[in-house]
Amino acid sequence: MAKSKTLRVLQKSPTGIQGLDEITNGGLPCGRTTLVAGSAGCGKTLLAMQFIVNGIRTYHEPGVFMAFEETAEDLALNMASLGYDLKQMMRRKLLALDYVRVEPREIYETGDYDLEGLFVRLGMMIDEVGAKRVAIDSLDALFSGLPNELILRAELRRLFRWLSDKGVTSIVTGEQGERTLTRHGLEEYVSECVIFLDHRVTNQIATRRLRIVKYRGSGHGTNEYPAMIDSSGINVLPISSLGLNYPVSKERVSSGVPRLDAMLGGKGYFKGSSVLISGTAGAGKSSLAAIFADRVCAAGGRCIYFSFEEAPAQIMRNMESIGIHLGQWVQKGLLHFESSRPTILGMESHLTAMYTLVERFRPAAVVVDPISNLTAIGDQAEVCAMLTRMIDFLKNRGITAVFTSLTEGGAPLEQTELGVSSLMDTWILLRMLESASERDRILYVLKSRGMAHSNQMREFTLSKDGVQLVDVYTGQGGVYTGSARLLQEDRDRAEQLAVAQAELRRQRELEKERVELENQMRSAQARLQSIQDELRAGAAVEKRRLDTAAQQRKDLARVRKAD
Amino acid sequence: MPQAKKRSVSEALEAAERKARNEKYVLRLYIAGMTPRSTEAIRNVTALCDEHLAGHYDLEVVDIYQQPVLAKGEQIIAAPTLIKKLPLPLRRLIGTMADEDRILVGLDLRKRTQHG
Repeated sequence: MAKSKTLRVLQKSPTGIQGLDEITNGGLPCGRTTLVAGSAGCGKTLLAMQFIVNGIRTYHEPGVFMAFEETAEDLALNMASLGYDLKQMMRRKLLALDYVRVEPREIYETGDYDLEGLFVRLGMMIDEVGAKRVAIDSLDALFSGLPNELILRAELRRLFRWLSDKGVTSIVTGEQGERTLTRHGLEEYVSECVIFLDHRVTNQIATRRLRIVKYRGSGHGTNEYPAMIDSSGINVLPISSLGLNYPVSKERVSSGVPRLDAMLGGKGYFKGSSVLISGTAGAGKSSLAAIFADRVCAAGGRCIYFSFEEAPAQIMRNMESIGIHLGQWVQKGLLHFESSRPTILGMESHLTAMYTLVERFRPAAVVVDPISNLTAIGDQAEVCAMLTRMIDFLKNRGITAVFTSLTEGGAPLEQTELGVSSLMDTWILLRMLESASERDRILYVLKSRGMAHSNQMREFTLSKDGVQLVDVYTGQGGVYTGSARLLQEDRDRAEQLAVAQAELRRQRELEKERVELENQMRSAQARLQSIQDELRAGAAVEKRRLDTAAQQRKDLARVRKAD
Repeated sequence: MPQAKKRSVSEALEAAERKARNEKYVLRLYIAGMTPRSTEAIRNVTALCDEHLAGHYDLEVVDIYQQPVLAKGEQIIAAPTLIKKLPLPLRRLIGTMADEDRILVGLDLRKRTQHG
């Protein structure tokens, strides 16, 4: 290390909350105080506790948790549901926990005072475990118990400076204010890093978001990031921070329908690409998606099927009817169904749930069926933003994604409601064609990046033997599908038959004529023969007569004794 | 009715006086080091006790720097803090104990007046 390099860069203290560390470029400012502000129930306590517990578990940094709102017992119980054994950590002297009870009814102010009691208690705990991290949750209780704000504010300022002098990285939490970030303006005292947790309800759907309001001396993601609380604690989803620099694959995966693979340059989808199957109601979008899932599992890959419309059992039953047996893959643990109504969670929570599940299950492919009814919980721009994040996320992991989208009747077919088509690498369109009092399914590949895809329309048939793509009948009268195609084919066959029969008839007649002629020939010959025979016979008789006559003459002459 | 109420109020006052005279007061004054604020609090509290509770109080001064564990056990936040442990209810008086009226109210030696 060169001595001239004295530039000190802000050190960071990782929270162990993956997404949060990503958007803060490594964690909270080391040796400083971070304010976590938010409304009730947004997860402030949890965030603070995760910071402390992850510090102990992952980074070998003992911690102190000072609670104003929950007793140590309650905290231990609440955190046990996340698998945190606070009591054990306390026994091992890695964690010091103190519940500070502030009971406004007991307290009488009688002149000047300071908060040295608090300082002493904090100092004692920090020394006890050798803490590197401190969480204070939440300071609002002090404001309700100690009416003299002037003293309180001065003391808080002193507290943050004192914590900094102690060399601990600390988190303090504060309730959200009506107009200000926190009800008591704590952000004025914490100048290093302020994180805001939001718990917003739009259209009766609650969504958690996290935003870094400020972070002095460090770059940070500025957006609102979706956050979710699940069994592993808070998850922050910094998906929008992903760039367009994911690895791409030349590998192909089968769509599950051989003829569709043939249409897609002969080999199917690209691995890790995003595929959109759009179409009108009942056009077979889900079936095509399920076939893909089936194919992936049959090849030994894992697949997650996110269904926003049907229960797993229903999908499995329905797919049985076209010869797709998804149940076996579920049993083998290759296929995972995740069925939920879109409205059960907010958009961001859905995304987070998907993200978490994908991280856990590590599938080769995912199916999202359908994306169109996500509009129930967000407007088009939100859905589009979510899908962008989702697609980027999946592409980064080389996961092939099949999305289905319902095109409303009457809507332009080659335009998705959500305007997501440009995000997709392959777009397969399914539509119903009405003709001859029936509806038939037509499939064609609208686009498929990076492959010579077919420009042909195919008729898409679903039967108990599975899915088949059939050439549509293109003849003089246009394009025929379904029974019209069958009829046309029949008609053609009949015509051909008629021609063949006419030919046959002509041949038969000729044959007959030939036979007749032969017969005639034969009878003529017979006559000729008989004539010849007769002639020959006649000549013989004449000769015999002449011979006889000559003999008679000789005999007569002898008798007469002529010369 | 108003007369009856008045009587009961004055009776309660007398009872409080009687109680105060007889009951033993257990007081703890928690200070943080011998700062001017601490000494002022000690001076004020002892003067007040001598005046109002002469003979039946037990005052102990605790320096939380010396005994930080007690600060935790007694839920001390501010310094100085005077805790009235007995008679119940438990009360916490924080500050330099300069406001005698408030202290007397806080120690239940005087009923809350209308203005506070």
